[in-house]
Amino acid sequence: MNQDALILFFIVAVFLVGFAIVFAYIVAPSSVNPQKSEAYECGIPTKGITWLQFNVGYYLFAILFLIFDVETVFIFPWAVVMKQMGMVGFIEICIFFFILILGLLYAWKKHALIWE
Amino acid sequence: MNFNIYDFTSFNQWIDNYLYTSLSPFWALIVEMTIIGLVFLTGYALVGLFLVYLERKVCALMQNRIGPNRVGPFGLFQTIADLIKLLLKELISIKQADKLLFNLAPFIVIIASFLCIAAIPFAKGLHAMDFNIGVFYVMAVSSMGVVGILIAGWSSNNKYSLIGAMRSGAQIVSYELSVGLSLITMVVLAGSMQFSTIVEAQSDGWFIFKGHISSVIAFIIFMIASTAETNRGPFDLAEAESELTAGFHTEYSGIKFAFFFLAEYMNMFIVAAIAATVFWGGWMPLHIGGLDGFNHVMDFIPPFVWFFGKTFVIIFLMMWFKWTFPRLRIDQLLTLEWKYLLPINLLNVLLMALMVLMGWHF
Repeated sequence: MNQDALILFFIVAVFLVGFAIVFAYIVAPSSVNPQKSEAYECGIPTKGITWLQFNVGYYLFAILFLIFDVETVFIFPWAVVMKQMGMVGFIEICIFFFILILGLLYAWKKHALIWE
Repeated sequence: MNFNIYDFTSFNQWIDNYLYTSLSPFWALIVEMTIIGLVFLTGYALVGLFLVYLERKVCALMQNRIGPNRVGPFGLFQTIADLIKLLLKELISIKQADKLLFNLAPFIVIIASFLCIAAIPFAKGLHAMDFNIGVFYVMAVSSMGVVGILIAGWSSNNKYSLIGAMRSGAQIVSYELSVGLSLITMVVLAGSMQFSTIVEAQSDGWFIFKGHISSVIAFIIFMIASTAETNRGPFDLAEAESELTAGFHTEYSGIKFAFFFLAEYMNMFIVAAIAATVFWGGWMPLHIGGLDGFNHVMDFIPPFVWFFGKTFVIIFLMMWFKWTFPRLRIDQLLTLEWKYLLPINLLNVLLMALMVLMGWHF
């Protein structure tokens, strides 16, 4: 019943949130007020639009993450069969890690890791 | 029926057999699923409520206060009272917000944390699923939570929420790497990603002792990275209240806000449970090779007591971090991950692989 349980947990989680929100809508009081439905932000009326451009730094780190996370996915199967592979596997992963660290050093040298 | 608090396998088998002999297969499956769902739902809610109480008590302890002590014995029902209060609060919908995404976000954060609970082994035979890729599954599912946070911050139509969500995104994805690599270090030692196999492999000594230096480094990195991944402690930039009001959940009210809170505490429980399972032996009692008398005494304590004991020790440690260290700046945060933790972690994986190949571990 392993994979069935995955669907079950998904349904239970949706049920938990959905039921509680519907229940809250029924029991909670509500009073309509135009002031209340404004965005709170920090207390004073909000100025200008929110959805505009933001710092490119976030994008840069997202790209770096993507590269390294894909590498992590490649390392997982190796970690499981490491004992059977023996020394050959170790040397291969050393080469793989060398390339990986080279990539990190390149990003470092290009000042991609500095937050501005 | 033979109920045994040391091994739940036969108990589960008994329930399974009973249902399938007395009902048709379809209804047996439905009843079984309902039981599992209700048990985990109750456990999830109880642990979440208890963690909020514990946080306030630990915070009070650190600041030399008493903490909640009015509602029920030792203030134990304080969080239940809070939950009822939050349920009865008005749910405000923001006019300019993206309605669909705004309502979707609490679902995503709760689903991500609830799916993780499924893979955690609480005691021998007491788990909903025993995947052969358990560690990988938990990593994959838990990182789904960041999508919920990003959606919440973006859909609120509020500049501070957006900044909080973006910071949180950058932080969580960065520290995800360290969590993954420190778990890989332990997978190398265990030779499996299945939680039951990992726990069984620690019957003659926990991994933190077995892999000595390399395990200790991996454990420290895991603790730092997982604290950052749960948006807690010195890494709570996403909701830095002095700069961003409340970060990504500023615009949420009532029960929707409560779900973000619950998910945050449950994520803390999940990472603590993973740390306890992978590094401290999960439900396995403390065994020292050679000392048979001592081992028998330790075996006497039920496994789920061991599991929850270890988990709550790690949770206490994480709460201690929160009240000890000042909040980091975002550049310090990213420097710590990319220039220190990641290179150290990569070398540590190689060190562990070499140790396993040479047989230097215990």
